[in-house]
Amino acid sequence: MTATIIFTIASLTILGLVLALILYFTAQKFKVVEDPRIDEVETILPGANCGGCGYTGCRAFAEGCVNSESMDGLFCPVGGNDVMKKVAEYLGRTVAEKVPQVAVVRCNGNCDSRPKSNNYDGYTSCAVMASLYAGDTDCRYGCLGQGDCELSCEFDAIKMNPRTGLPEVDEEKCTACGACVKACPKMIIELRNKGPKGKRIFVSCINKDKGGVARKACAVACIGCTKCQKVCAYDAITITSNLAYIDYNKCKLCRKCVVECPTNAIWEVNFPVRVPKKVVAEVEKQ
Amino acid sequence: MSKTFKIGGIHPHDNKISVNAAIEDFPVMERAFISMSQHLGAPAEPVVVKGDKVKTGQLIAKSSGFISANVHSSVSGTVHSIEMMPDLAGNLAQHIVINVEGDEWMEGIDRSPEIMREIILSSQEIIDRIAQCGVVGLGGAAFPTHIKLSPPPGKKAEFLLVNGAECEPYLTSDYRIMVENSEEILIGVKLMMSALGVKKSYLGIEENKPKAIKRMKEIASKGYPEIKIVSLKKRYPQGGEKQLIDAIVGRQVPSMGLPIDVGVVVQNVGTALAVYEAVQKNKPLFEGVVTVTGKCMPEQRNFRMRVGTTFESMIFAVGGFPKGAEKLVSGGPMMGKAVSRIEAASVKSTSALLLLTEEETKRGEESNCIRCAKCVDACPMGLEPYLLNRLSRANRLEDLEENMVHDCIECGSCLYVCPADIPLLDTIRLSKGKVLKIIRSRPKK
Amino acid sequence: MKKLIVSPAPHLHGNESTKSLMRDVIIALVPSLLVSVYFFGFSAIKLALVGVATAVAVEYVIQRYIVKTKITVNDYSAALTGLLLSLNLPPNSPWWIMFIGSVVAIGIAKMTFGGVGQNLFNPALVGRVFLLVSFPVIMTDYSIPTSWFREGIDAGSGATALSIVKEGLAKGLTMDQIFTDNNFSYAEMLFSKIGGSVGEVSALALILGFVYLLIRKVIRPHIPVAIIGTVLVFSGIFWLINPAIHADPLFNVLTGGILIGSIFMATDYVTSPMSKKGMVIYGIGIGIITMLIRYWGAYPEGISFAILIMNATVPLLNMYFKPAKFGKEVKNG
Repeated sequence: MTATIIFTIASLTILGLVLALILYFTAQKFKVVEDPRIDEVETILPGANCGGCGYTGCRAFAEGCVNSESMDGLFCPVGGNDVMKKVAEYLGRTVAEKVPQVAVVRCNGNCDSRPKSNNYDGYTSCAVMASLYAGDTDCRYGCLGQGDCELSCEFDAIKMNPRTGLPEVDEEKCTACGACVKACPKMIIELRNKGPKGKRIFVSCINKDKGGVARKACAVACIGCTKCQKVCAYDAITITSNLAYIDYNKCKLCRKCVVECPTNAIWEVNFPVRVPKKVVAEVEKQ
Repeated sequence: MSKTFKIGGIHPHDNKISVNAAIEDFPVMERAFISMSQHLGAPAEPVVVKGDKVKTGQLIAKSSGFISANVHSSVSGTVHSIEMMPDLAGNLAQHIVINVEGDEWMEGIDRSPEIMREIILSSQEIIDRIAQCGVVGLGGAAFPTHIKLSPPPGKKAEFLLVNGAECEPYLTSDYRIMVENSEEILIGVKLMMSALGVKKSYLGIEENKPKAIKRMKEIASKGYPEIKIVSLKKRYPQGGEKQLIDAIVGRQVPSMGLPIDVGVVVQNVGTALAVYEAVQKNKPLFEGVVTVTGKCMPEQRNFRMRVGTTFESMIFAVGGFPKGAEKLVSGGPMMGKAVSRIEAASVKSTSALLLLTEEETKRGEESNCIRCAKCVDACPMGLEPYLLNRLSRANRLEDLEENMVHDCIECGSCLYVCPADIPLLDTIRLSKGKVLKIIRSRPKK
Repeated sequence: MKKLIVSPAPHLHGNESTKSLMRDVIIALVPSLLVSVYFFGFSAIKLALVGVATAVAVEYVIQRYIVKTKITVNDYSAALTGLLLSLNLPPNSPWWIMFIGSVVAIGIAKMTFGGVGQNLFNPALVGRVFLLVSFPVIMTDYSIPTSWFREGIDAGSGATALSIVKEGLAKGLTMDQIFTDNNFSYAEMLFSKIGGSVGEVSALALILGFVYLLIRKVIRPHIPVAIIGTVLVFSGIFWLINPAIHADPLFNVLTGGILIGSIFMATDYVTSPMSKKGMVIYGIGIGIITMLIRYWGAYPEGISFAILIMNATVPLLNMYFKPAKFGKEVKNG
């Protein structure tokens, strides 16, 4: 009995030692020399592996950071400025601060304003639908509503609204990684500056058709009427092929264009609710 | 003994209900919408301007680039405008809109019913005439015929195969011309043989068209011994280029290869007729036979129709939308395109307008794959659609390439047989495009 | 304006659905079920009803209340599992055995993997093997319940032909002696009076189901033919070497679970290979393992284990045995 126990213990110990030695020598033999800083940088990064930086994942990005000379062109959209600052500090470099951005959906043709002209009956995918035809409404530019952007989002920040059939961005969660921008075959989604306190103004339409055609397909389309361009005091609005575009670097958030737009295609976000001037005047009178 | 291809295939009900409707001339419409993108390759460039008077058969747009084709007016009248208009899928293409005034044909087009049997032109002259007349492949892809008839240097065609299989359900346009214009087709085949310099040609017809086989055999035995009529088993997709070659001469086109790699050129019977008309009758390609069919219709017809006729007017001509018709398909039900805009116009390669009811066409709700392997059995290219679908959804392009997604011929057999209603071809087609793009972007050795 | 339906090609769809395929398999099992009702009476009906009802109920409950997904009980796959399991039990089994078997088959072997199409192992067989290992006495008691239609089978047939042979051989008897002692005949095996599980009693009824499945193109013949062929060849070799201690090939095919196993269990879509090459190898594997267990294993019958073992190799078979591709690759085509 005792002999069995001793034999077992001894044989297992020897076996363990031999195997440990083999493991040790193989590990030595196949050792990969790697900059230890890569591991450190990786721990600083958020670890979402979203690919928003342009690298295949956080590890690759960390490698990129360590191996490059300066921090130019390297930015982690998820971690934002804080994380980039930490990375730069760790590597003993400086980094320029980047303006926070957010994904913006530039189509507001919901089911009412943009009626369907046919019924799509294929695989639920914008990419498949876009490769088949122009879309299930008369607008060739608008949202197809199959939710490729929602699928592409790693952060649960963009969701299809079943009522309007359009995606909606949760700006708290959006990290501006750009996955949805790439996923949208109609190129509707754009990354725009978040703006002070999240205030921003944009044209929520990318229809390049002539005014009449666009209007016929969608009640809230940009018809290229140039009214907004005329009213803009800061030269922020350009109109190319019947479509207005607001340059977020020039826009001073005066909101004049929003009122001017005859089709309500220009949107304002995160502004206080407007009180009509008449009401203001009446309140003052009292 | 009928021949057939070796791998896969399915047997959908052929539903050739318009089979006995003789070809009738479709009335010339009031306005023709002629697309500049009727063929594979670069769009043609208009050579007329607004206000010009044109005659039927007059050249109105010139081929622009190596792979491109001329476009001729299908009507006579005044050019109303040249504008971007949606095609049947709603995508914009340049169209020449012509207001029709009478029907005056160009001089030089031989409109007599007499059959011109004698071949006087040399092979290069035949190819030039085909190019001038804007003939494109009428089997579906609309590849310019003159290019297909001029193999690249170093490659030599041994056989010319002519596709009279018409394996798509419902379609009867090829069948009708094989019965009504049999000899013209054989002369067209002979012309293409002379253009290619080949000695032997095979014309394959599926067994479900015994009349066409009999008639073709009769005429071929009288004056065209170099053309062999081959009877094929009824099986989809027999008319696929690669499948037809496999079925008739038993050669398999290599992956990413062309028929010419195995010494074969394939043309459709409709193309053969168009070649005959172009070369022997000097008539450009501006009309073709279109089957207007569907079970929900009271009457199915075969029309000889001018290019640029709107789908709307076709439906109008057969008495408006029949009850229950929910889907319009331009072409056959397996590979045709669904029409989303009925104001779009027909093109050279339009072979049918098919009206389907919701019950016939509606896709079922997708459920779990039960791994029944029916798609694997059905795939004529020996692929594994269930696997490709899974990889496509995960966007694993390298694995997709390894599993030969680029070999897919988009015949739709996998989706047809799938008991779980999984949109196999939808996802595979998408990833096939991505993989092909990657393969083509690689530097050639 | 009319709203048209637009979808990618193809615009037609075949008539088959998961439901219709499963229904066809159930229809193919009907002859066996009828024969078993004829032989075992109420007991067979009871088992089938308990099996189907439990299987469907378990799937419904799990999908409705636990994983909260789309309910798929109406595709008949759960019902088929329950029915198959009931046909794989000894005719005199108590109802609660059937109940436990169904719960294991659906609850553990199917739903934990994600429901229809996702399971690695054949659920009915997992249920059966679970019962066989857990309740060996009940699961090997093949005594015959009294039937409505006829007086019970001759007393003493409380064992399957295979176990009779195995025990006989262990006692040192020769095959001829065993055959004459027990009055075995091939006609009996075809229409069967020999003990066995509910669905095994009549080879003819099973073959009828097989023919139906082939005509309806529900299954391909590759797997059953490979299994039966392997069993014939394997046992044939041993029989030729020494017919005194090895049963002849026909006996090996007609008795035990070879037929029901190869026709209805091994051909289960989900757990069998996708390519024809894979199917043949899968079938040969099942055949060999079955015969190994029959000749040298502890159990008289081994097809359940053989199928489960080969189920585990299916992903590998799918990876290495691809269907023949059209044409050959050319470089830079």
